[in-house]
Amino acid sequence: MALPIYASPLERLWHYTYIVLCTAIFVFLIAPILVVIPLSFNAEPYFTFTEAMLHFDPVGYSIRWYDALLTLGMQAPDGIRDNAWWTDMWENATWVRAAKNSIIIGFWSTILATVLGTLAALGLSRPEMPYRRLVMAILISPMIVPIIIIATGLFFFYSNPCSILGFQCGRLTSTYLGVILAHTTLGIPFVIITVTATLSGFDQSLIRASASLGASPRVTFFKVIMPLILPGVVSGALFAFVTSFDEVVAVLFIAGPDQQTIPRQMWNGIREAISPAILAVATILVVISIALLATVELLRRRSERLRGVAPH
Amino acid sequence: MADVTAAAQTAPLLTTADGRPLKTALAAAQSRAKRRAFLLVAPLLAFVVLTFIVPIGQMLDRSFHHDGFSSNAPATVAWFAANPEGTAPDEAAFAALAADMKLMKDNKTAGEAGTRVNYTLSETRSLITKTARNADDLAPPFAAAFLAIDDRWDDPAVWQAMRSSASAYTADFYLSALDLERADDGSIKRVSEEGRIYVYLFVKTFVVSAIITVICLLLAFPVAHLLATLPMAKANLLMILVLLPFWTSLLVRTTSWIVLLQGEGVVNDILISLGFITDDGRLKMIYNQTGTIIVMTHVLLPFMILPLYSVMRVIPPSYARAARSLGATSWTTFRRIYLPQTLPGIGAGSLLVFILAVGYFITPALVGGADGQLISNLIDFHMKNSNWSMAAALSAMLLAGVLVLYWLYDRLIGIDNLKLG
Amino acid sequence: MKRLLILSTALTGLAFSASAQELTVMSWGGAYGEAQTEAHVKPWAAASGFAAKMTDSDNPATPVKAMVEAGNVTVDVVSIEYADAIRLCDEGMLEPIDVAALPAGADGTAAADDFLAGAVTECAVSTDIWSNVFAYDTTKITGTVPTTAADFFDLTKFPGKRGLKKGPKAVLEFALIADGVPVGEVYNVLGTPEGVDRAFAKLDTIKADVVWWEAGSQAPQLLADGEVAMTTAYNGRIFNAAIAENKPFEIVWDGQIYENEMYAIPKGAPNKDKALEFIAYATSTEGLRAQATYISYGPARKSALKEELVYKDGKTVMGPHLPTAPENMGNALETSADFWVDRNAELNERFNAWLAQ
Repeated sequence: MALPIYASPLERLWHYTYIVLCTAIFVFLIAPILVVIPLSFNAEPYFTFTEAMLHFDPVGYSIRWYDALLTLGMQAPDGIRDNAWWTDMWENATWVRAAKNSIIIGFWSTILATVLGTLAALGLSRPEMPYRRLVMAILISPMIVPIIIIATGLFFFYSNPCSILGFQCGRLTSTYLGVILAHTTLGIPFVIITVTATLSGFDQSLIRASASLGASPRVTFFKVIMPLILPGVVSGALFAFVTSFDEVVAVLFIAGPDQQTIPRQMWNGIREAISPAILAVATILVVISIALLATVELLRRRSERLRGVAPH
Repeated sequence: MADVTAAAQTAPLLTTADGRPLKTALAAAQSRAKRRAFLLVAPLLAFVVLTFIVPIGQMLDRSFHHDGFSSNAPATVAWFAANPEGTAPDEAAFAALAADMKLMKDNKTAGEAGTRVNYTLSETRSLITKTARNADDLAPPFAAAFLAIDDRWDDPAVWQAMRSSASAYTADFYLSALDLERADDGSIKRVSEEGRIYVYLFVKTFVVSAIITVICLLLAFPVAHLLATLPMAKANLLMILVLLPFWTSLLVRTTSWIVLLQGEGVVNDILISLGFITDDGRLKMIYNQTGTIIVMTHVLLPFMILPLYSVMRVIPPSYARAARSLGATSWTTFRRIYLPQTLPGIGAGSLLVFILAVGYFITPALVGGADGQLISNLIDFHMKNSNWSMAAALSAMLLAGVLVLYWLYDRLIGIDNLKLG
Repeated sequence: MKRLLILSTALTGLAFSASAQELTVMSWGGAYGEAQTEAHVKPWAAASGFAAKMTDSDNPATPVKAMVEAGNVTVDVVSIEYADAIRLCDEGMLEPIDVAALPAGADGTAAADDFLAGAVTECAVSTDIWSNVFAYDTTKITGTVPTTAADFFDLTKFPGKRGLKKGPKAVLEFALIADGVPVGEVYNVLGTPEGVDRAFAKLDTIKADVVWWEAGSQAPQLLADGEVAMTTAYNGRIFNAAIAENKPFEIVWDGQIYENEMYAIPKGAPNKDKALEFIAYATSTEGLRAQATYISYGPARKSALKEELVYKDGKTVMGPHLPTAPENMGNALETSADFWVDRNAELNERFNAWLAQ
């Protein structure tokens, strides 16, 4: 973002204003997270910077909320931290179980949404696709219906999913499958939108070229189409995962006691007291995601170096 | 004309290598391609129809279908059917109602029936449950027996409310959602002034969402532009700042904004220590409309930045340079060259932010104070009180509003141009 | 590949789906749910040998109606508000509970006589009595301290912001009490249009200085942050802040509005008999007393109040902190379930319209 050489003084002034403006917006984006990190070490169960914290008095700080993440829900939280203690924690600690559930549900719903969504996007982007607008509208609709309505509708449907076929079968509520399917539905629009957007710039003649060179549709898909639309697929999958990872309303209705996720656990007890443990969870997630994003970026730079592309 | 037809008939038919007429072969190939495209979409379409369209349809059905009273009070329903609107309840009507009350007592359905009538006229639920509890005391003459239990039974409004509940299909919930009600004679009128809330909230929800969308656009545009024009390595680092809020739970972000913005909060403290404001002049930035807008903007900003960024990244900078070299000022270049190319991103981001804003209710409730009520909060309220029908009616209207916008978007920009990330 | 994925997802789902051989109790979560877990769920499971677990909901009454209507009941016991217990029972959504099936008090009094009036209904049994009170920070308000509901509305004597629950229930009643309506008359007055106007007129006098809270957890937080001088709150939460967290908060009991929290069994619960056993256990004298050692909500049995209760810290005597303590009941109102079941929607609409003005 260098200033062009022919910039007038006014444009120079505007350019610096612009940089200041952008900085301010980034501060706005990141400010709440900057607050969360120190507060997660608060010694008191309130979301307040205490006097002791402001004077950097060690008394004001503690790791009790991180400790609470491990001990809450354990059978014997007070024992010595031996192997049995850690097993107990891994099996029973509420937050640990919630984290496992979030990952299981997020993972499978992302896979489902991404696979089904990418296939559909491939079809949608073909010029021959009949009723494209209507189909597109239907597929995007989970995004435009308020979540509370979706959640209730899904609850009734999942309570007896075979009822539209006229017979009784099991239920999907209080099962992992039910929550995964619900989150898949919510994630699909994001995959559809990102992948069709990527495909809109995709040259369909590449497929014909590949076919004319003797490649089977399978080979064409994996060797030609996939590498080109991968960025869109990845970003769609990311959206789908985040949607599942921070979703609480559908979980509230559909999940049973065994499928409590991290956000569900965070909203728990909002009537009485929100535990600052949620700030500890948020801090941990921020650290993990920074690490993940940084790793991805480093890998990208490495592969650029290896491919001989000069980094900008 | 006849000559042309004759010529066409005599001309040799174009055929493919295997001798089929070209026209047929082409049609077959096209329909095969069509089928193949459709087959790719089919699994997802089936999935979405099954796990989304059907449940939502079932849900919206409740907005005009409620058989709580009609299925539990068959005799009274029959009397209403036999007697036109405006007929004063006679002994036969009370006799029918008495039979139904006994039925309700036996089946424990008085609450269900009463709840339905209560939606139309307040305080009738307890009237019906109370009467059903004492159903054994109901003996001829029935009118007097009913009045002995409660003197509200000769109120025409009560009978009008029952009449209106007597059909399983009703527009009552939509009337309520529009701040309308039925008068005692069955005509439709507006509810009294202090009870009007839904229309106001619909308008407010759309206005607040529009304000948030505009602010998001104004904030996202420069950031997305910066990200799109910076070298990839730097842009990706800054992108982390955009993505981080995504990973932070909504509840955490809302809570930390309260810490930042409240009267005794971080922002006010900083402003005081910098000398911008005095201790008495602490800014009110939360528990009001400002709070809702600040926090919602923060929550939704990434949904605007990402689509804009993905569109801006592929705009070649040479266009702008060409415009400048042809003598355009930087403002003209922006307005005539750059801005039009970013339109798909603006459209996608705005649609996304607006729709998401319309549906949010927890954040406004926590940080919006007296102004924090939006239509979704009322939907949530009715859901919590198990009034599915009212919630469904409000939802259907909200959905209709969103669909109109969606349709407008499709008209103006085209749904195919939706770009995200 | 896709088929494999779907198959394995389905298997994951099956492998984890809840088993019916376990009693599921649904409550509100947080400190409250924890108290019920520690005092009722865990000891009952240990005593009966039948597995039991606690789950939570935003408001357990909402899923009950949905579950019963859908014919898919997955919880055995729910902890719900009094008005919801009445409403759901009327609608046939709850199993009836016979008061004779409940154990006699520790002193031998039959359950029907031992429970306080209204604590056992056709379908539900009280687990505790909780209260809407108001509280202030003793380090912020010194000298003359507020002692009556009227003081909450007195901005000249006690300047500063007020925290109030964003909703009509318990707020309209509180306004009327502060306006001088005797507690016995509150619902008669509120039942008339003039009475509703009067309540809103009283609220108008402080409307500009009110910070509205939505979630119960916000009230003590507002007080801790110094955002408000006084706030209405659930008494257990203020107790917790004052005793367990040493916050300088003081409760004013005048004009408290209390109600029973009820255990009930949704119609068609998978372990109906065990659920009844659980409720009998939890609402016995010992069960109620056990819960009151975790949270300052009062037991609804006379026999449970006879001996002194001590908080789990081992030193705080619970008696004076309970809504049911005689010294706290001087000017107290019990919420009327019938009133709110009938008029909830209407008054909520009016309340929201008033807020928006």
